[in-house]
Amino acid sequence: MTLTLDAPRIVETRPLLEVHGVSKSYGPVQAVRNVSAHAYPGEVLGIVGESGSGKSTLLRMMNLEEIPEAGSYTLDLPDVSGNLLELDRFARRMLCATKIGIVYQNPHLGLLMKHSSSGNVAERLLVAGERSFATLRAAATEALDASEFPLDRLDAPPIELSGGMQQRVQLAKAIALEPALLLLDEPTTGLDVSVQALVLDTLKRLQQDRQITMVIVSHDLGVIRTLADRVMVMRRGEVVETGLADQIFQDPQHPYTQQLVHAKL
Amino acid sequence: MTQVLEIDRLTKGFSLHHLEKDIPAFEDISFGVAAGEFVLLKGANGAGKSTLLRTLYRSYLPLSGEIRFHSSYGLIDLARAADVDVAHLRRTEIGFITQFLTARPRVSAEAIVAEPLRLAGWDSQAALDSARKALETFGVKPDLWAAYPTTFSGGEQQKVNLARALILPQKLLMLDEPTASLDANARGALVARLQELKDQGTAMIGVFHHPDDVMHLIDRVIDLTPDAAPEEERDDV
Repeated sequence: MTLTLDAPRIVETRPLLEVHGVSKSYGPVQAVRNVSAHAYPGEVLGIVGESGSGKSTLLRMMNLEEIPEAGSYTLDLPDVSGNLLELDRFARRMLCATKIGIVYQNPHLGLLMKHSSSGNVAERLLVAGERSFATLRAAATEALDASEFPLDRLDAPPIELSGGMQQRVQLAKAIALEPALLLLDEPTTGLDVSVQALVLDTLKRLQQDRQITMVIVSHDLGVIRTLADRVMVMRRGEVVETGLADQIFQDPQHPYTQQLVHAKL
Repeated sequence: MTQVLEIDRLTKGFSLHHLEKDIPAFEDISFGVAAGEFVLLKGANGAGKSTLLRTLYRSYLPLSGEIRFHSSYGLIDLARAADVDVAHLRRTEIGFITQFLTARPRVSAEAIVAEPLRLAGWDSQAALDSARKALETFGVKPDLWAAYPTTFSGGEQQKVNLARALILPQKLLMLDEPTASLDANARGALVARLQELKDQGTAMIGVFHHPDDVMHLIDRVIDLTPDAAPEEERDDV
């Protein structure tokens, strides 16, 4: 027995991101079932849930890597309109390169491991049409600097870097074109705790300086607690609960969320 | 006096699913708070004082009742307001002070204090100037302004916390034992700042272990002990 919340009355801006009724199956397995989500401009939406809850699949839908069988996806941006799931492959690629940045848990998914770090970041800008070497180099350096990557290692390939540094290169690549939306898929999982804290701090700083809208997926509640304004809890492909981050952690309503929060050390 | 908050038959309890147990916190609480009024919550440990504050701030979801808040956007029921509206009001009109600072690594004391002003749209230099003034008022030495509070002692962290929480005048302020771990000077600065905010019309609801510190600010006492007299007027102060 809880109260049903009203629709927003004070905040009149529309959500930047809106996903409505998306579903996706892999053979007999339904990974995501009729999920809706939204994020307001400048907001950080956290998605938590155990492995197989569908949270990463949902994030990849937001990056237009996975196309759901049903539903709609819109971004409220000046030159973007309609259901993005209906775009052709070329338009999709252009949109992702210019409006959306993503950081994966596994840097191999996001980076060319044997190319230089600055080259990895500059590639993003090339896709968007930039051709001047000086501009590419300067923009890549700026993005790496903002991600707190040590600038004396600009030319080192990611394969020679530590896990924390690889994530900074991914982050620099993701923000190089100043995207409206930054997607983070377990960005600190696998890093040791002190490095994890530094990467989280960089993310928090970027978010505050640039007011960038973020969606972060993690099974680590500490990561979500540090970054998210609002939290969505997923289980078996469905959303079981959403709420303000402090409410989800202090007063979880759903039995599964209670179990998840209480299991945290 | 203009009402800021009207709490109407508010009820909160917790359902602990793994124990299959419902734990009541408080039931059918009603009272109002006017602009510039300071309400002290009292009651034994476990009477639900902190739970009530957190429910008003919406860290806890109420089971029933209404929390009518006269925001600058009009009347809104915080018990049912959309998350995004609550988040917005927390940045602009509703404050909450606890005894804990959530220090972040590599963020300086002055930046932490200036943050609420920056989020409210202040120019960053003006925000920084105000933040330094606030730190000075609470007795944080200038040498420490640019340092990271993660390494400060509990008392110094609490001063930074208070400077931050009180820097932006709000319509409604909840105080959950803010005087714990403060030295006498900082306590004095806190009381002075609360008086200032009260004079500017901030409505306050507080829980204090030692209410002596704030005695002269208190307008009314609400006793949450079940079956206690609903409220005591404090005309004597």
